[in-house]
Amino acid sequence: MNLNYWSWDTFFDALPVILQGLGITIGLTFASYLFALIFGFLWTFLRRIPNRFVHFIVTWTMEFIRSTPPLVQLFFIYYALPVIPYIGISLHPFACAVLGLGIHFSTYIGEIYRSGIENVDKGQWEASTALNISTWDKWRKIILPQAIPPTIPMLGNYFIIMFKEVPLASTIGVAGIMLLARSYGAENWSYLEPLTIVGIIFLVLSYPSAVLIKKLENRFNKRFHKNQIMKDKGAMQ
Amino acid sequence: MKEVLTISAIFEIAPQLWRGVQITVSILIASALFAYAMSFIAGLCRLSNNFLLRKLTGFYVELFRGTSLIVQLFWLYYAVPMLFGINLGSNWWIGVIAIGLNYGAYLSEVVRSSILSVSQGQYEAATALNMSSFQRMRFIIFPQAVRMMLPEFGNYTIQILKGTSLVSLIGLTDILYYGDVMRSTSLSLSPLIYLTALIFYFILALPLIFLTRKAEKIAKKGAAS
Amino acid sequence: MAEPIVTYQDVHKSFGDVEVLKGIDLDIYPAEKVAVIGPSGSGKTTIIRLLMTLEQPTAGDIIVDGRNLWKMEKNGKWVHANENHLRSIRGDIGMVFQHFNLFPHMTILENCMTAPIHVKNEEKNDVKKRSIEMLERVGLGDKLDNYPSQLSGGQKQRVAMARALVMRPKIMLFDEVTSALDPELVGEVLNVIRDIAENDDMAMVLVTHEMDFALDIADKVLFLDEGVIAEQGTASEVIEHSENPRVQSFLQRFRG
Ligand SMILES: Nc1ncnc2c1ncn2[C@@H]1O[C@H](COP(=O)(O)OP(=O)(O)OP(=O)(O)O)[C@@H](O)[C@H]1O
Ligand SMILES: [Mg+2]
Repeated sequence: MNLNYWSWDTFFDALPVILQGLGITIGLTFASYLFALIFGFLWTFLRRIPNRFVHFIVTWTMEFIRSTPPLVQLFFIYYALPVIPYIGISLHPFACAVLGLGIHFSTYIGEIYRSGIENVDKGQWEASTALNISTWDKWRKIILPQAIPPTIPMLGNYFIIMFKEVPLASTIGVAGIMLLARSYGAENWSYLEPLTIVGIIFLVLSYPSAVLIKKLENRFNKRFHKNQIMKDKGAMQ
Repeated sequence: MKEVLTISAIFEIAPQLWRGVQITVSILIASALFAYAMSFIAGLCRLSNNFLLRKLTGFYVELFRGTSLIVQLFWLYYAVPMLFGINLGSNWWIGVIAIGLNYGAYLSEVVRSSILSVSQGQYEAATALNMSSFQRMRFIIFPQAVRMMLPEFGNYTIQILKGTSLVSLIGLTDILYYGDVMRSTSLSLSPLIYLTALIFYFILALPLIFLTRKAEKIAKKGAAS
Repeated sequence: MAEPIVTYQDVHKSFGDVEVLKGIDLDIYPAEKVAVIGPSGSGKTTIIRLLMTLEQPTAGDIIVDGRNLWKMEKNGKWVHANENHLRSIRGDIGMVFQHFNLFPHMTILENCMTAPIHVKNEEKNDVKKRSIEMLERVGLGDKLDNYPSQLSGGQKQRVAMARALVMRPKIMLFDEVTSALDPELVGEVLNVIRDIAENDDMAMVLVTHEMDFALDIADKVLFLDEGVIAEQGTASEVIEHSENPRVQSFLQRFRG
């Protein structure tokens, strides 16, 4: 291994330059994640429409978005959307990225919501019907408050996954750490140090978050486990 | 403007993109195989009794799971020739190695957790039949764990397919690459170009989607007696 | 009387700070049928798991056929047994579990054949013939190619017994093999155990809550209480003549 190419001077020269993009990278993560969280609901409700044709279309649209590359989807939104006649709109790269990553991940988030809703006890639905609660209140006050909390660790994992997909946006010109590193590399003809910096930043931010989510998950598991035990005990008495 | 959006434009676009299918598929197959191999090696190493081995593979897994594929790809692209003074001959290998190492790290966690989730009773029954630790693994634990792994291997193979699109960024002539080339000459066609590219990827993903669904059924059937 | 095939010498076992077995002394003779009874948590399962090498004793020795199970001699010194030592003795012992622990990815015939072929390196056709005979003996000759998930609990447990028997152990251990079964399936499993007890000459240790059955077939009954053997003897000695009040009250609960 030839370490002569490594230069600490370059490293420390590049570091402040790259860190300037950190705000954009993190901001984009939050924005696309929020978008995915909201859009995920849309999928979940579309899938509940009791019409086989609609169900089929929605399911396969989700499958299509989920199993094709987000990079191509980004390019579609960035290059192709503006030139579509009549409806074409030209968006800022940041907005394109929010839209692209947000829609891509909303299909995963929608699945998580669905599993959460399916895990709500059947009796809860029947009880809300029996009590003649309006549909709106049923969802808002009965179903969702029970369906969402158990999915929080999984949703958290997708936040980290989203964070790691965000550098894709560098390809359409979002000036996060990845783009700044690559342009620093191009200007100074040394990519090694700036790209290493990007890697370190990702490690430093994502590893502790992953540990945090693991802890959260354990706490949740314990809490739900305890509830289960208490339920069992109640049943025995 | 209107006439370029007709269906006939697809017949112009598809053959162009088709030229990239070979690279996309070859990278998919090679990096998937590499990732599978890494996943079993790393997954088993993380369960070994050897402290050093466990820590080293743990480091590999966290390193690749903690950073992005695109970062790893560019890092390898620029750093390998510099640091190691070797030229891998082609970017094809860089792509395969980056994708393989990245998803190998994720899949090794699948391997590890599947092995751990085989019930204690199975170990005990195998011990009571006087199997050696190797035989326990080979005949009892591993076959059951593999059944449980299959759906996740399917899912990650779809992720690998999606990941292959990144190799266009290091100049490999895959589906997306030809799409970009076409777009740069005829921007007005770009909606159809990228739509066709997405459809290409989706067609490649379809068999994987069906295999994954099948794997889910197998995994359910193999679950405890 | 012959030499014992298994001897426990002052065996202790702790889990963390909790001492579960507090000095067990016990002889088991070839072909002897031993029933282990006692309240829940008294250490019955632990006693046989130690012999099956699924747990290690904290202190004391277990001698199997003249050889120390958990210790071996190396360069004139006694050291902790290694895997090879354990395997050389473990072959004499078989076990049937409460929750069957069949291998779900194998047919029931394969469940029976795997160990003899790979562990004892026996000829495949011999093993197959013997396995089929054994499965017929437990009444499952028509299910050879079924998977465990397709069987009832009682059938699963009978497969588990056939699987252990095909290995031809000298000692068979049964840990509450009927307590995970629906009541109407208990009989068929007990019948198989009775058949083995009457026709095979291996030693058997049965941990069970099926009191009448155990007392009926057992040559020796152990009453275990809080980690010690509180009473041992023939069935009639323990049941009819025991002065131990714990034994009395325990039996009363079962007899109603
Ligand atoms: N692996 C273990 N870790 C900690 N404690 C254990 C473990 N196994 C058993 N124990 C404890 O040791 C004690 C004796 O357990 P054992 O299973 O031998 O009892 P038992 O007589 O078989 O009871 P039961 O009739 O309920 O099966 C119990 O208090 C149990 O909680
Ligand atoms: Mg027990």
